[in-house]
Amino acid sequence: MTIHNLYIFSKSGVLLYYAEWNRLNKSGITKEEEAKLMYGMLFSIKSFVSKISPLDSKEGFLYYKTSKYTLHYLETPSGLKFVLNTDNVAQNVRNLLQQLYSQVYLEYVVKNPLCQLNEPIQSELFKLKVDELMKNSPIFLNRSL
Amino acid sequence: MVIYGVYIVSKSGGLIFNHDHNVPKVEHEKQFTYPLDIKLTYENKKIVVAFGQKDGINVGHALTAVNGSSVTGRELDDGRDVLEMLERPENFPVNLKFSRAKMTTNEKIFLASMFYPLFAIASQLSPEPRCSGIEVLEADTFRLYCYQTLTGVKFMIVAEPSQPGMEILSKRVYELYADYALKNPFYSLEMPIRCELFETNLQNLLETVEKSGISNV
Repeated sequence: MTIHNLYIFSKSGVLLYYAEWNRLNKSGITKEEEAKLMYGMLFSIKSFVSKISPLDSKEGFLYYKTSKYTLHYLETPSGLKFVLNTDNVAQNVRNLLQQLYSQVYLEYVVKNPLCQLNEPIQSELFKLKVDELMKNSPIFLNRSL
Repeated sequence: MVIYGVYIVSKSGGLIFNHDHNVPKVEHEKQFTYPLDIKLTYENKKIVVAFGQKDGINVGHALTAVNGSSVTGRELDDGRDVLEMLERPENFPVNLKFSRAKMTTNEKIFLASMFYPLFAIASQLSPEPRCSGIEVLEADTFRLYCYQTLTGVKFMIVAEPSQPGMEILSKRVYELYADYALKNPFYSLEMPIRCELFETNLQNLLETVEKSGISNV
């Protein structure tokens, strides 16, 4: 099991944070362009899901799976979006994303008066804590080891 | 065990077949007094709930009838404007019927072509090399399975998240497509599928799977 990469988007689509651990395929475009592409895709998926859903949905889109990876998605009521790519066998990723929001983002960004919301996160401490949380989770396992 | 629908999308992204199987109907009727405690707005040629959920009437539900007479656009059968009528206290109490908006055929075609780029971007944004497009997409109310054949035709099945065996089912639908649509001399490729045999066989297949599981097909 492994975690590939993480995106955090603000309500308006600004890429707040990006981190990667085991990523073999570079998409061939710049990080900014990739973030825009990713946000655009998520935005479309959200509207696609709300239209095609046979019943009223509460949380909406949860994840999608391809042959090689799974993209997990968590959106808070305030519009903050957490996107985590893992391999296909990872379990309980939603929990991990919730932890990331409540134990790392809230603690080290929202409670830090020097961190501007809606701007890319510069805090070193936040970076450290995200890394720690991901590496401590049972999902994370570097295949190169 | 519910299968909501089957969609077939051609290589070029057009919807060539769709079948609604078991779409639950969400409808609520309720008596309201003046002033209305929900907020209605007019959008996309429908009157929809914008704010204030209660008694199963949710945001996004469309107004379908007022006191038993149906609503088209923003007008009643007799030509009165609904929103204006609901502002007058003398028209109350009033019986309003709401239902979840059903997809029109046009919207389905639109959604099918919308899935096509999503499928492509998902494989482009992959952290791993040589990745396929979206195979399973899950939301809290449904799960969508997509099986792409080597020729580029996509078979999509929308079902309950707990329904097992849908990957196999999509391949069975592919078999039916190959047998009844492609072998039909009156069917031309990339065009909407209007083959009676295909439709009846598909219907039977879906019913069997719902009743007795995937192992019996």
